[in-house]
Amino acid sequence: MVKNPRWVAYVLIFIILLFIPRLLSIHDLMLFEYGLTFAIVGLGFNLLLGYTGLLSFGHGAYFAVGAYTVGMIAKYFPGAYSLEILIPAALLFSLIISIIFGFVCVRHTKIFFSILALSLSMLLYALLFKLYHLTGGSDGLRVPLPTLLGISFKGIRRPEFLSGTYYYFLLVLFAISCVIMRGIVSSPFGKALQAIRDNEVRAELIGIRVRRYRLYAFIISGMFVGLGGALWSFVNGHVTADLSHWVFSGEIVYMTLLGGFGILEGPIIGAILFTYLKLYAMGNTQYWMFVIGATLIVLVLLLPNGVAGAIASLLAKIKRKTVKGTPC
Amino acid sequence: MLTIDNLKKHFGFVRAVDNVNMDIREGEIVSIIGTNGAGKTTLVNLISGYIKPDSGRILFFDKDITYASPYIRIKLGVGRSFQLIQLFGNITVLDNVRTALFSKYGMIRRGLLPADRYSSVTDEAIKILDNFNMSDKKDLTPTGLSEGDLKILDIAIAFALKSKLLLLDEPTSGVATNDKFKVMDSIVSAIKKEGISTLIIEHDMDIVSGYSDRVIVMHEGKIMAEGKPNEVMENKEVKATVFGIVS
Repeated sequence: MVKNPRWVAYVLIFIILLFIPRLLSIHDLMLFEYGLTFAIVGLGFNLLLGYTGLLSFGHGAYFAVGAYTVGMIAKYFPGAYSLEILIPAALLFSLIISIIFGFVCVRHTKIFFSILALSLSMLLYALLFKLYHLTGGSDGLRVPLPTLLGISFKGIRRPEFLSGTYYYFLLVLFAISCVIMRGIVSSPFGKALQAIRDNEVRAELIGIRVRRYRLYAFIISGMFVGLGGALWSFVNGHVTADLSHWVFSGEIVYMTLLGGFGILEGPIIGAILFTYLKLYAMGNTQYWMFVIGATLIVLVLLLPNGVAGAIASLLAKIKRKTVKGTPC
Repeated sequence: MLTIDNLKKHFGFVRAVDNVNMDIREGEIVSIIGTNGAGKTTLVNLISGYIKPDSGRILFFDKDITYASPYIRIKLGVGRSFQLIQLFGNITVLDNVRTALFSKYGMIRRGLLPADRYSSVTDEAIKILDNFNMSDKKDLTPTGLSEGDLKILDIAIAFALKSKLLLLDEPTSGVATNDKFKVMDSIVSAIKKEGISTLIIEHDMDIVSGYSDRVIVMHEGKIMAEGKPNEVMENKEVKATVFGIVS
């Protein structure tokens, strides 16, 4: 009997993901890569919403910080334009901005927290938009192909880069992110966050420093989102100030709700589903936002725990029936 | 171990706690009774640091904790349960107790290994639940528990903090009459086993006389009487004011 079937499933999924470039067309693979980067974003966002109980409408800011770190290094420090420098740099800058913004936001909860997070992200949006000479303003910044461990990809077209080395680089970082987040949410630290989410008065009275732990969760969440932003920029090839706009932050909330928050796998499923849903809605109708909005209404009414929540309930029902049906 | 010296807390014109003096000795179970608005819960809130007094002093093992934060008081060993149950509703019964233990041992910053890997903490949490006859419910969430079990879990969390002084605010309120003694038996046997001093706010006189070493009667923010349960029950002023019996 396998001790933990969940880990077996994870390993099997990882093995299948290794063969994805052979199974999908270049176009579908790029879409899938968008999905994977958003999945990392969703993992981070879920730590704050699902496990700490804080709803941010400003997480686009940390995504933009990650993406702009890549774009700015490409523009101003081309000699350092290598993945092994870019990823730690994106993590460092999203750490710094998360500490500053988080320090302000976690002093409040509920709607006040959400509005503060939104306001700060719009402040960053205004800076990215107005500081034209530094950030490219409304034109944004181009993201060329980076080097990796001294290997240059000059002369290679972006789709080829994305279907080769980069896909596996992204997949490894996605797997590492999943393992780290799994560790965090099931650790004593993760339990403390869940205690704060469920009852902050009691959490304080068992000796948890609530505001401090909220800040820790905010920072970790911001770093995951920043990493997602940096990885996304290579797939997209271009970054603009819109990433810090509240509409984009709303999309992060949407994909987490779609997958199901409070469940580790939820935002991963939500991110990949959202990527395909948005693309196909945009490709088939000019009223694509109506489709997204209608889906959200259906989701809230019929699947309040998201797709992953519905799957989990279904599996639990089957398990109960199997146990009941087992002869003594 | 606990000394309260001229403690005062007024809310506008309401004298919730008015120059109260009292002591609690080690291992003692003391009950506070009184009519609604007598200041019992305010007193417990002042001792636990939930609110701050206007004047007076609270000494715990001779250390002045009058204005210390709840966090400091918990670290020193002052734990409490609530009249309105305060639990972590979406995590299991085991995790409710285990999180308190992680906090007590300063382990909640550990963020990478699963909580299950800390087997000594898990074993201790199960032992605490065993003390309260709740280990068979460890994998349930609080939503699946009876009112009596919720009360016991609330107290088990305070117990897990290794409190030297436990403040129990109406531990049997909301519990079905036939379960009250079962709940109190579980609580008191666990408390006595560890020799924890306990301050209980209670309305039910059968509970008060059955489980307390000493009873303090409060009325309009002041201490009206104090003594052994049977002495206090026979006090004419207490009878008239608290029980409404005029002889």
